[in-house]
Amino acid sequence: MPDIQAIILYCSLFVSLFFEVFLLITYIEVRGEIKEEEKRDLRGITVFPSTTIIVPCYNEEKTVAATVKSILNLDYPKDKLSLILVDDGSRDGTLAALRKFKNHPQVKILAKENGGKHTAVNMALQSVTTDLVGCLDADSFVTPEALRKIIPYFDDLTTMAVTPAIKIHEPLGVLQHIQNVEYSWSIFLRKMLSMLGALYVTPGPFSIFRTRVFRELGDYKKAHMTEDMEMAMRMQKHHYKIVNSHGAHVYTVAPRTLKGLVKQRTRWSYGFLNNAIDYKALFFNRKYGHFGMFIMPIATLSLFTSFVMVGRIVSSAGSSLLHSYTRFRAIGFAGEFHLPPLDWYFINTGVLPIVVITALSLTFIILFLSIRLAEGRFRFSKGLFYYLFLYAFMAPLWLTQAIFNTVFKRKVSWR
Amino acid sequence: MLDSRKYLVAFLITAAIFGTAVFASNKLTGKKLEDVRDIESRVALDILSSETQFALLAETSCRDIGPGFLSKELGPLGERLSYAENQTGFDEADIESLKRSYFLLEIKDYLLMKRLTEKCNIKPTFILYFYSSDRDRCEDCERMGYVLTALRDKYPDLRVYSFDYHNDLGAIKTLTSIYKVRDELPALIINGTPYYGFKTVEELEQNVPALRLLKSTTTAATSTPTR
Repeated sequence: MPDIQAIILYCSLFVSLFFEVFLLITYIEVRGEIKEEEKRDLRGITVFPSTTIIVPCYNEEKTVAATVKSILNLDYPKDKLSLILVDDGSRDGTLAALRKFKNHPQVKILAKENGGKHTAVNMALQSVTTDLVGCLDADSFVTPEALRKIIPYFDDLTTMAVTPAIKIHEPLGVLQHIQNVEYSWSIFLRKMLSMLGALYVTPGPFSIFRTRVFRELGDYKKAHMTEDMEMAMRMQKHHYKIVNSHGAHVYTVAPRTLKGLVKQRTRWSYGFLNNAIDYKALFFNRKYGHFGMFIMPIATLSLFTSFVMVGRIVSSAGSSLLHSYTRFRAIGFAGEFHLPPLDWYFINTGVLPIVVITALSLTFIILFLSIRLAEGRFRFSKGLFYYLFLYAFMAPLWLTQAIFNTVFKRKVSWR
Repeated sequence: MLDSRKYLVAFLITAAIFGTAVFASNKLTGKKLEDVRDIESRVALDILSSETQFALLAETSCRDIGPGFLSKELGPLGERLSYAENQTGFDEADIESLKRSYFLLEIKDYLLMKRLTEKCNIKPTFILYFYSSDRDRCEDCERMGYVLTALRDKYPDLRVYSFDYHNDLGAIKTLTSIYKVRDELPALIINGTPYYGFKTVEELEQNVPALRLLKSTTTAATSTPTR
């Protein structure tokens, strides 16, 4: 049995290390291109496609006004930008908050019975006549230059959607600081996936599409509560190009409590896993390039390998605690003063620690590049410290639940 | 388009990292084993030297026996072996053979110590400790090990000889039959008296005459102000 465990552990480590190496090679290949994008002259844009931003709202009276104002503040010709605000049957004062904008010439307000986010967006999509259309969740805010940063990517006529770089709005507390670092990591990852043509999510906050995407591929679906992943996978299935603009910054309100975070992440992981199952035909299919051959399989696999690795960390920590406890029971605190001899002999030089240290070093390099890409320069923050020490222990909370829900639900529906 | 060369490169780099890790780990483990073998041969030499000195003792007096008479490296050797035993990566056969020579060196050191105490009328300060590395056969051995380490830290003159009760080394079998050590581990033989089961530092200090003596001399030595 321990041998099988060791084999699984080593395979998981190999997969993770392979992915890190792959990402870094990709970065080396595309860093010039990223620099070019960053140097792009936004003032030189002459053609502004007409754009509609849909804001679906459900019980978001507190944040929605700021969301709408941030869109109205976009540095974009007023006659080319319109907003559709949809109240999805909120039970609080959301509709009243929306009505404050009713006299604004760019704004149109819709109200409907509650039916879920995808129904709200689909309702708005019916009346969209502009070239481009995007969404902004009512808990997110865009920076004024965000749309200008996105528009140049549509110069490529084959580009069908552009995703932004999502950041945490005013992070406070340990959890939000951890998420802040995690979002930086995501910004890097999405940029690399974009370069590989393998983005598997067009995030709710401010992904901009050509309107014809919806006309040709259909509206949003419920898609296990992650309609933004399903849409991206559907587009990949039809070879519709999705790219990422890492300079278009969108700020979103992150969960403050562990419970809220676990709930959100369980939904994401569960949604990813179930949409991946729905689109399993794309897996290991050469027709879908990096997306089908590598990114989808490895993203699915990583849900499980992270389990194995975290399991190992937890079991090592547990066994070392147990030894300390045994020592404490034997001799109390006296043993605390017995330091092991300072000798290289007592440093663990097994294969596992060497591989883990290498993998961690690559993680540091990627984190460094991520923060530099997201923030413009690298700065050591307390969030980074929290992230390094706590994130590995948090992830299993939602991964377990997502996998359990998937297995359980699938079993039920198969009967 | 799918660039399979990139996958190949990434795979080769990853495989190289793993390969280097395996290579480095093997090299370092080999170096550690060499280290242990070196200490073992030094201890063997120390013992041979002490035995020779002892043989000459008939012609000299007990006063000529200095503090370095017994090997100082037996303790560190034991620590290294027990560390290696708990680590993956060491070859079991290597460790087993090193352990067997360690046990033999311990017995030789013990015999020398015993003869020394008889001849020179020194109070014996050594413990024979029988353990099992199999946790199922001896639940308390880990705790007992911590207690003995703590005792050795406290009394540097105390010599603890530890033996794996279930090792099939003939000399250990002889030792257990001489002292009639039962399979109730952990077992301690102090001055010919067997003590079975887990004992705390305090219990040993209170109940074992040799340790009580050691404690009182240590306390006296530390509490007497220097003039």
